[in-house]
Amino acid sequence: MTANYETREHDVLIIGAGGAGLRAAIEALAQGASVGVVCKSLLGKAHTVMAEGGIAAAMANVDAADSWKTHFRDTMRGGKFLNNWRMAQLHAQESPDRVRELEQWGALFDRTESGDILQRAFGGHTFKRLCHVGDRTGLEMIRTLQDRGVQQGIDVYMECTVTRLLMDGGRVAGAFAYWRESGRFIVFKAKSIVIATGGIGKAWRVTSNSWEYTGDGMALAYEVGAELMDMEFVQFHPTGMVWPPGVQGILVTEAVRGEGGILRNKAGERFMEKYDPKRMELSTRDVVARSIYTEVKEGRGTEHGGAYLDISHKPAEYVKKKLPSMYHQFKELADVDITKGPMEVGPTCHYMMGGIRVDAETAQSTVPGLFAAGEAAAGLHGANRLGGNSLSDLLVFGRRAGLAAAQHAKRSSTPSIDNAQIEQAEKELLAPFSNSGSESPYAVHRDLQEVMQNLVGIFRTDEDLKKALAELVKLKSRVAKVSVEGSRLFNPGWHLSFDLKAMLTVSEAVTYSALARTESRGAHSRIDHPSVDSAWEKKRNVIVRESGGMSRREVPIEPMPKELQEILDEDKV
Amino acid sequence: MKEATLRVFRGDSSGGQTVDYRVPVAPGMVVLDALHYIQGHLAPDLAVRWNCKAGKCGSCSAEVNGRPRLTCKTRMDDLPQDQPITVLPMKSFPRIKDLVTDVSWNYRVNRKIPPFEPRKGVEWKISQLDVDRVQEFRKCIECFLCQNVCHVLREHDKKEQFAGPRFFVRVAGLEMHPLDGLNRAGLLKDQLGLGYCNITKCCTEVCPEEIQITDNAIIPLKERVVDEFYDPLTMLFRKIRGG
Repeated sequence: MTANYETREHDVLIIGAGGAGLRAAIEALAQGASVGVVCKSLLGKAHTVMAEGGIAAAMANVDAADSWKTHFRDTMRGGKFLNNWRMAQLHAQESPDRVRELEQWGALFDRTESGDILQRAFGGHTFKRLCHVGDRTGLEMIRTLQDRGVQQGIDVYMECTVTRLLMDGGRVAGAFAYWRESGRFIVFKAKSIVIATGGIGKAWRVTSNSWEYTGDGMALAYEVGAELMDMEFVQFHPTGMVWPPGVQGILVTEAVRGEGGILRNKAGERFMEKYDPKRMELSTRDVVARSIYTEVKEGRGTEHGGAYLDISHKPAEYVKKKLPSMYHQFKELADVDITKGPMEVGPTCHYMMGGIRVDAETAQSTVPGLFAAGEAAAGLHGANRLGGNSLSDLLVFGRRAGLAAAQHAKRSSTPSIDNAQIEQAEKELLAPFSNSGSESPYAVHRDLQEVMQNLVGIFRTDEDLKKALAELVKLKSRVAKVSVEGSRLFNPGWHLSFDLKAMLTVSEAVTYSALARTESRGAHSRIDHPSVDSAWEKKRNVIVRESGGMSRREVPIEPMPKELQEILDEDKV
Repeated sequence: MKEATLRVFRGDSSGGQTVDYRVPVAPGMVVLDALHYIQGHLAPDLAVRWNCKAGKCGSCSAEVNGRPRLTCKTRMDDLPQDQPITVLPMKSFPRIKDLVTDVSWNYRVNRKIPPFEPRKGVEWKISQLDVDRVQEFRKCIECFLCQNVCHVLREHDKKEQFAGPRFFVRVAGLEMHPLDGLNRAGLLKDQLGLGYCNITKCCTEVCPEEIQITDNAIIPLKERVVDEFYDPLTMLFRKIRGG
């Protein structure tokens, strides 16, 4: 019998074609590896394209006093010292080179008077540090990377979804996937795999994330035994759109505040004076999100349950030039002219600090041959990410993952994949077509989003989190009964039935970890444990799959070397 | 709640027809919201591409009431509600299913274009003025609406000979990059078929990023090709040199 799937072989297979995946691909290719990139959407549509504000890199073009040390300190401070300090160090040291490289590949950034890359202020950054081009930095970055990658010779498998990683004993051997266009199966053989699939925001109702952000890469890694860590740290961006209903959650870039935007409540009070008088609107995202949430909760919110964000005191031409896509977004979707009046904004689920646990130098997970970079990986951002540190994360650790994955492939023999795994993967994927249950994947998704939104949101309690776990158990049994209509041809309902499993896995990991962390730190706020507990400074939550199901461990955080500790101590501000 | 009827194409490469769906209309709703409602409640297998839902990724292109648009930026309250709103896939590309078309040709064309290559010994200093000048071309989100509406592609199907407005915008962004050292005039003339464009400006009209494709990208590129290949003095010069 001929196999009912096609087979492709690469040294390095990269799952995800955003900034991290493409940067990894370019590097692996430069090392002489054959590289395949698989992505669920068309090339160039990944979440990176939506990044607006900029790339954080201590280039010191605007503020000459900036250095990697200050960037390191800001990142650690923003992350409430839970960051993997080695990652924070590498990131701060290497991001300026990664930005220059992007420029040499053709990216164009806004300039200073002397012709260097212009940098703007952002929350939690001591100096003006974000390299940007208006408010469409992500678009410039992804186009540059995709054109570079394609010209260098990466093979891109567009609209192709990986549903399972395949193993050869204890190491990765490939991936099982299907073409969304035809519903046909494809088996990838690879010596190294890089997961660069981004975040998990689609498990919440109000989110800035696209349909792709289902935590599928984290779930794939978890299924084959990789550890997830820091899963309780989910970033709610302070400023998403709140009105009209259809656009709720869509991102309003932090650059609005970076360029001087002011937050006010219904009474016109500049409320950040109460919460962080020193940094005001440019406080870290966790603080600003909680402040807006509190204002609304205590009855000082706007008509549609948000806060006002106002940039209209700046000259109209300046606003249009520095924030062009915000100008259009509000004008077209909300009938608001931001050069004349305030926007209404509120918190939106935006970014996952947690993810696959990786080695700082190589980005390798706890499974040999399996690497992870970008939002799918954990460590760099600790308990809270600073704006601008994501794009630089993609470049720095995308490159490192690609390099290490190519080197790993060079050292490795060709893996073999037994048929049983492939048959199992086929069976799982096709199950919703033969299920007799009447569960709609969309209905289950809506209910999951309500659970996470209402019970595992910005503020958490023991009671809510336990309730959420019970609800997740119920949802799991419903997912098993999901059935889909129609054919295998480009079928979003079918796709969602697979996505749901991943969303449930990561939702469970988030909830377990959040329940265990009986303190408030960074993006994780417990109403029943409102202060920081120093016992939680020295350890972190790790989630791993065991035969009995999901299991949580606490692992110690390695002490920081003296020279890094000194950097943190240097300035006690 | 108010309701609207969406008349959506359902089918694949072998054919199909439109199907009517009743959808509740919320304030500020866009056509993509309505399509999502249909997926979530009425037709779970309705194929639609989308990602950002904020006009930044260019995935959700379709023809709404006969006009090529991003469905995430097309407000329901801008359309007449007393008649069905028709939503059809882009016509110039082969159908895959429902509103999803095969746009892979665009990616193949893109491969013909050599990317940025810095001039030798260049100093990495750029003035903001030069950045501003090319900004317009670099904000293209690759929604391919310009490709869809261009009659060279739509009516005459010259996909082998003609790259289409999207890629003239891309070449313009490269050619006008202040530090780029390549000359793509020959490519424009011979491989990308710039001459087929007879500047009807349909592309400019549908661009959701409001890029002045014809005036600012195509016409200057045409001038560049003319200067390079059809300038009488240069031609004479070439003849003399035997080049």
